[in-house]
Amino acid sequence: MRASTRKAAIAVTAIAALAAAGCAESDRDDSGGSSTKDTLVFGVAGDPKVLDPSFASDGESLRVARQVFETLVRPEEGGTKPTPGLAESWQPDAAGTTWSFKLRTGVKFHDGTDFNAEAVCANFNRWFNSAGLMQSPDVTPYWQDVMGGFAKNEDPELPPSLFKSCTAKDPTTVDLAFTRVSSKIPSALMLPSFAIHSPQALQQYDASNVTGTADDIKYPAYAMQHPTGTGPFKFKSWDLANKSLTIERNEEYWGDKAKLKTIVFRTISDENARKQALRSGDIQGYDLVGPADVEPLKSEGFNMLTRPAFNVLYLAINQKGNPALAKLEVRQAIAHALNRQALVDSKLPPGAKVATQFMPDTVEGWNPQVKTYDYNVEEAKRLLAAAGASNLTLRFHYPTEVTRPYMPNPKDIFELLSNDLKAVGITVEGIPLKWSPDYLNATTSGSNHDLHLLGWTGDYGDAYNFIGTFFDRPKDEWGYTNKPLFDQFQDADTTADNAQRVEKYKALNAAVMEFLPGVPISHSPPAIVFGKDVTGVKPSPLTDERYSTAEFK
Amino acid sequence: MFRFIVRRLLQLVPTLLGLSVLLFIWLRRLPGGPETAILGERGTPALRAQVRRSLGLDEPLLIQYGRFVKRTLQLDLGTSISTKREVTTEFLLRFPGTVELTITAMIIAIGVGIPLGYLAARRRGTWLDHASVGGSLIGICVPVFFLAYVLKAIFAENLGWFPSSGRQDPTIGATHITNFFVLDGLMTREWDAAADAIWHLVLPGIALASIPLAIIVRITRASVLEVLGEDFVRTAESKGLTERTVRGRHVLRNAMLPIVTVIGLLTGGLLSGAVLTETVFAFSGIGAFLYEAISNRDYPVLMGFILIIALFYVLVNLIVDVSYSLIDPRVRVR
Repeated sequence: MRASTRKAAIAVTAIAALAAAGCAESDRDDSGGSSTKDTLVFGVAGDPKVLDPSFASDGESLRVARQVFETLVRPEEGGTKPTPGLAESWQPDAAGTTWSFKLRTGVKFHDGTDFNAEAVCANFNRWFNSAGLMQSPDVTPYWQDVMGGFAKNEDPELPPSLFKSCTAKDPTTVDLAFTRVSSKIPSALMLPSFAIHSPQALQQYDASNVTGTADDIKYPAYAMQHPTGTGPFKFKSWDLANKSLTIERNEEYWGDKAKLKTIVFRTISDENARKQALRSGDIQGYDLVGPADVEPLKSEGFNMLTRPAFNVLYLAINQKGNPALAKLEVRQAIAHALNRQALVDSKLPPGAKVATQFMPDTVEGWNPQVKTYDYNVEEAKRLLAAAGASNLTLRFHYPTEVTRPYMPNPKDIFELLSNDLKAVGITVEGIPLKWSPDYLNATTSGSNHDLHLLGWTGDYGDAYNFIGTFFDRPKDEWGYTNKPLFDQFQDADTTADNAQRVEKYKALNAAVMEFLPGVPISHSPPAIVFGKDVTGVKPSPLTDERYSTAEFK
Repeated sequence: MFRFIVRRLLQLVPTLLGLSVLLFIWLRRLPGGPETAILGERGTPALRAQVRRSLGLDEPLLIQYGRFVKRTLQLDLGTSISTKREVTTEFLLRFPGTVELTITAMIIAIGVGIPLGYLAARRRGTWLDHASVGGSLIGICVPVFFLAYVLKAIFAENLGWFPSSGRQDPTIGATHITNFFVLDGLMTREWDAAADAIWHLVLPGIALASIPLAIIVRITRASVLEVLGEDFVRTAESKGLTERTVRGRHVLRNAMLPIVTVIGLLTGGLLSGAVLTETVFAFSGIGAFLYEAISNRDYPVLMGFILIIALFYVLVNLIVDVSYSLIDPRVRVR
């Protein structure tokens, strides 16, 4: 006992001496003090996964990328339309397969190198020539989503690439050639995954050297520590242990310089903890505000921003598992049975709207004149009787333990809708399933799901990203085959001229609402909140908020 | 003593091997896989199959397990599916937080619990005794997350005395070397950083200490009461030893054995992470991370973390066993 006490005393003294001697160097710079008025701490729900947006698909990685990097085309502030980014203008050739971009001059990357046509081509060629693990759908999700495959597909099941080649005609002109006409160009190029990196930094930090094995992917130093773009902020540090990422004003930015010197993104995964951190002043803003918190925080004086809705919640109907649902009258009866306005008023956040079609009106191609299905119990009963389906029993799947931006409270929504269905004489068998993986598996495969709730948040501002994703091919989710409709989609997707394509989307929305594969329910605006004295940020339907304009009052 | 320790360490091998087989089979038996969490609404059966293939999950279980064992023997626990960082890196990032929180909670629990339990036993039947027994009952009954919320609402949100979340204010730009923020602050002589880290530990530490504190009070009280009734205490008192010597050398020391056992078990339990406390205080430790890993079906993280935690648990218990012999020479092993 005595001896061990002595040993413990020695150990404690040793640690204290070690600490006092300062055995490690502080790497804090002198400016490290917290002059709070030029630093914004923003609460986010998760850590970014990777700092190279080419490899990212999660919202938090993209949020950082949007401040540090820029794309050729960018969405208009607060909207979805393509506007000039690093390219000042662009236009397709007569065939619609080669797009010529006129680049901005005088732009420099954060490492001091010049941005020019060759840099753009270096980036596209890097993605296109991805090899090995860079072809994993887990590594380059958005390239594969938009472009399909690569120069040399290693997995035979990968589709051929939409991208064909990049040519630097002169330092400020670049031609992107594609293998066919596609509705995705140029809208998809607004995705941060197509942001332009400094070719020198890419090479210096081995950016394409994704190593490891398929189930054990290791990203190169570039993607974890050295993202180098042209944006208004530069990457400064990523403190993984303290779950915070810091970006700093780019003093050499070509456009309006950022108003704040430093932005810190701090991860607080629990929604309530984010709210409390805002109230106690730990953070000066956060994203993914719970729908129930919108009004209380607003009334407390916080700067609550509501994004224009860029999502849709729908009731999907599966025509395969239940023959009655293959009858149009029955689907129409279901649509008439639902009191969607009551649902929007009572269960969704302020600003939500009833959906008349499967995409929000913020996207071109939305059609004001589609067939609508008003709440009408008598009409629903009549249609059911006419179809000989008065004794209908439907299995209604809904998810548990989840909140989606378009669906804050699935169980409440299910209960309201199933009561509406019961009111017209349909027997509803509720089937609650855990969101991941059970619910997602059950509703997107097989045919046991008569009805289910699901939705979508758009990736970029093109109608095809909504209605094409849902209806352009046979899917287990809906369980129908409708060749004329599929052909109509194919035709719209390959129309190069934007004005013509928009007309075709309008026709498609009308056709879909005639065919009524499901019932669009609502569009909900997700909210983002800032401290009482923070202004300057404009909410974006694409969550493309620009923190460079944020400032303290 | 040395041989005892070696023998105990060797026993770890079959334990961990058995645990890894069980875990492996059990995890893969869970419905669904990481592909659903990765793809969300974007999942189609074909896409999900593609992701499974890319993660190597389409191969026979035996081959997957073989690959896991081979890698683990090379001290490589693989890469997290959801964060893409190595499992060992993730562990080194999060475990220090949990250790700091555990130490804080145990300092509070031991520092308050043993004196309180001892006093309650010495003054059996008095208001102090009733208060500490009743109080400890409440301590065990009140859900930790509720206590955490209340503490936070009062002391962080309303009074603003303590920070409401996290391990350290990110704007002070502290240097991190070991990821034990308090130690890092001392080592680099960034005193404000160390103080800030301690400041962040207070509320979650109290919340987490509530249950161990209550248990320690009750065990100490019961154990001291038992020892007080022993013949050797009466003998010691009757041969004229001072009350101080009787209490310190005879009563407390003999009463310590069950207390140390309980402290060991409690510490081991806390080291596996406090999911609720960590979540409420957005405190980056392994509890909250493991919880997320389960819903993401992040197999490498689950396997790696649980094995390392099991290892720690066994080690803590070994330390407890060794400390017995220091407290009580009668159980000294050779």
